[in-house]
Amino acid sequence: MTNRYVFLYASAMVIIVALVLASAATLLRPLQERNMRIEKMQNILAAINIPASRAEAETLFNRYITTTKIVNHLGEEVEGDAFEVELQDENRKEVSERQLPVYIAELDGETLYILPLRGNGLWGPIWGYVGLKSDLATIAGANFDHASETPGLGAEISDAPFQEQFAGKRIFDQQGNFRPVRVVKGRAPEGDDHAVDGISGGTITSNGVTNMLRDGLEVYKSYFEKMKTS
Amino acid sequence: MSDNTNQKKEALFSPKSMKLLANPMGKDNPITVQVLGICSVLAITVQLRTSLVMAISVVVVMGFANVIISLLRKTIPPRIRIIVMLTVIASLVILVDQVLKAFVYDVSRQLSVFVGLIITNCIIMGRLEAFALSNKPWPSFLDGVGNAAGYAWVLLAVGFFRELLGSGTLMGYQVIPNILYELGYENNGFMILPPMALITVGIIIWIHRYRDRDLIDIS
Repeated sequence: MTNRYVFLYASAMVIIVALVLASAATLLRPLQERNMRIEKMQNILAAINIPASRAEAETLFNRYITTTKIVNHLGEEVEGDAFEVELQDENRKEVSERQLPVYIAELDGETLYILPLRGNGLWGPIWGYVGLKSDLATIAGANFDHASETPGLGAEISDAPFQEQFAGKRIFDQQGNFRPVRVVKGRAPEGDDHAVDGISGGTITSNGVTNMLRDGLEVYKSYFEKMKTS
Repeated sequence: MSDNTNQKKEALFSPKSMKLLANPMGKDNPITVQVLGICSVLAITVQLRTSLVMAISVVVVMGFANVIISLLRKTIPPRIRIIVMLTVIASLVILVDQVLKAFVYDVSRQLSVFVGLIITNCIIMGRLEAFALSNKPWPSFLDGVGNAAGYAWVLLAVGFFRELLGSGTLMGYQVIPNILYELGYENNGFMILPPMALITVGIIIWIHRYRDRDLIDIS
């Protein structure tokens, strides 16, 4: 077999493979994007303790989430679709330029605020949503997920037992100072409204959640102030 | 798998071709005898569900890869055959990954990078080089599916025991009754960690050799 044949063979192979893969990706993209949107809706609903199956996520989302908006670090509303904001990109920007999504839900007559978070775990990104009660200080629920934390250890942040601890915790203390919830090593002190139990063997992921909660909620401080005074 | 093959013409199942299918499940098992593909066994067998999807994905990739390479075998320039094989495998794996993302999104999230790592599964490359490159498509298909099935059953066995003993569940459903936990039974957290996968595979190899004495290497 001549060199010419080898080159032609390789080139033809590459072109055919590229065509096949590109068309598969294009064909399946709408389905995949839909899956991602549904997952996002499920996660947002989970932060206010509404379990939603894939099938009903969209209906429930439209029923409970009444308003979505984007605010800046001064708490002023800005233009845009909150659902389309990619926190990954926002976190790279200066705080003053970030677009901060807020999802507002009406549940049994109470207004709940859901804020997205994104941070770093041990192996990769972690993210989640925190639902705040109408006082904007008490956590109604939280939902976390991760890209590649260690199964059985750090990955447990996406499991119910870890997330359930957050309900009823507070991100502001009684004096009104910002004091986010920390994930502490071992057991959280009894009666501490600002700490939850860490995951044994998952300390770096636990710390990642602590940092994510602090950094992710701090940028909303002006918004909280504004909402409380109005 | 037997459902799948029963539909084809019976003549295709001479004892010789059945051997291609059956041997890799036992005497020639890629994992327990050839000790290939161990890394993925360690990585994705924490739960039975992920093991199952991985097993199916490997069966699909291997079946198709063997047939494609076998069809192309007379045209592939020997000098770039490894590249050609790798391209075929990689393309199939990407296709599988895309399909999983579109249709079983949850599972694809759990498998994360490991679907991509099917590319590096040495069993597939090994069968292409050793078999598909010099055999007709049908025997190659049987050889591919047989080897993938040999890989799959070990994967499922390891996944079964790791999930059962490590999490007390199977396919995500709790199977260990609560009463046992109340009596003081605890899930063995060690089962979730990769070393236990290695030990479980070791035990399977041990049982396999105990039952099939021919496999014992006395040298």
